Amino acid sequence: METAIEVSDLVINRGKREVLHGLTCTIPRGSITGLLGPSGSGKTTLMRAVVGVQLVASGRVSVLGEPAGSPALRHRIGYLTQAPSVYDDLTVRENARYFASLYKLGHADADAAIEAVGLGQAAHQLVANLSGGQRSRASLACAIVGRPEVLVLDEPTVGQDPVLRDDLWARFRTMAADGTTILVSSHVMDEANRCDRLLLIRDGHLIGDDTPAAIKTTAGTDDLDEAFLRIIRQQEKAAA
Amino acid sequence: MSPHTLASTIGRIVRQLRHDRRTVGLIIVVPLLLLTLLYYMFDGGLLFDRIALVMLGIFPFIIMFLITSIAMLRERTSGTLERLFTTPVGKLDLLFGYGIAFGLVAAAQAAVAAGLAYWLFDLDTAGSAWLVILIAVANAVLGVALGLLCSAFARTEFQAVQFMPVVALPQILLCGLFVARDSMAGWLQVISDVLPLSYSVEALTEVGRHADPTGTMWRDLGIVVGAIILALVLGAATLRRRTA
Repeated sequence: METAIEVSDLVINRGKREVLHGLTCTIPRGSITGLLGPSGSGKTTLMRAVVGVQLVASGRVSVLGEPAGSPALRHRIGYLTQAPSVYDDLTVRENARYFASLYKLGHADADAAIEAVGLGQAAHQLVANLSGGQRSRASLACAIVGRPEVLVLDEPTVGQDPVLRDDLWARFRTMAADGTTILVSSHVMDEANRCDRLLLIRDGHLIGDDTPAAIKTTAGTDDLDEAFLRIIRQQEKAAA
Repeated sequence: MSPHTLASTIGRIVRQLRHDRRTVGLIIVVPLLLLTLLYYMFDGGLLFDRIALVMLGIFPFIIMFLITSIAMLRERTSGTLERLFTTPVGKLDLLFGYGIAFGLVAAAQAAVAAGLAYWLFDLDTAGSAWLVILIAVANAVLGVALGLLCSAFARTEFQAVQFMPVVALPQILLCGLFVARDSMAGWLQVISDVLPLSYSVEALTEVGRHADPTGTMWRDLGIVVGAIILALVLGAATLRRRTA
């Protein structure tokens, strides 16, 4: 399978602390890859490196064959930050139209992105007046509006009701089927099961990189939470 | 920088402001209230002519400095700036977007304030009111440029507002409004000479005294434009696509 994202020996410092310690992984094109790990494990930092806004101490990240963050990639990548990054003092539609305009796309594309995240009814509302879940979907609309080839989503379904979450995952699945490469971080193990591949990160180290089924088989359990736990215990035993 | 992205960025910034009616009201009304205060303080005499003229240049500087530093700080802290840097938007699209959008607002503000001063309060200047507005807008853009720059050194809105007295007050004290610049102590003159507001105040005073635009006025305006460009270039250097 063709590679969309290639990370090799990536070392990143935030402040005086090293948060990623020589991480290496590849992410195939047109797949949904889940990034799993406890809070503070380096998920967001890795995602920031992929979209090219993170200062890198050493190592290499390439996306679609170009170094991460290179100008040519800026038309081809979409990024959803963990906290919704939309303008509070604009309506949902004005936000989507502004981000669409950066990709030289028009109003119809903006409206399509708003519909895709289920905010059609709230399009005329100021983001400041939306609920937390709606706000994060407004932010998602702005991430997908440019029809990116690589979509990096930092916890996109936090605070969404189960039906909407299911709709969003169906949407991600359709996008992946159309060739979009999706890298998505999550805390919810039930979502991890929907990914094609999983990257398990702990304390800035990659401790697992396989399909959800294979990870469960290797760990000898049907439960991903439990599998994650067993992998950590095994590694700790190996290290000791 | 692309004209298309620049235009939509200007549109976006103006739209943000339009949803905030109270801020728009304050931008327009506060200078009018302060001018009214000045008018009655000085009984509309000669001193009013001198001070109101200078204030027409200082209000837009202070107000645009404050608004821009907060707006830019919000871009930095809300994550919108980080996201913008993953899109095709250029740094100059953002810097000029803010400069032009708030420059337009400042032009409206200066026109209304000058209108009140000239028609209702009989402000008397030898030169044209249009030159006064032009210099006021240049001052506003100077405020925008310095606000963009200073926002890089603030982490919170509390810190950002405190840059206002740091940046604006020394310039107002030393611009020649309170003590003539040539009668200040030598070291104060040196400081006054490197502060851009000294030149815009001198330019306004020239408009007050001479019927036609003078060479000194154009030179001063040129210096203010130079300071704007310098602040924007420094501001661009503080906008980093990659951060730790």
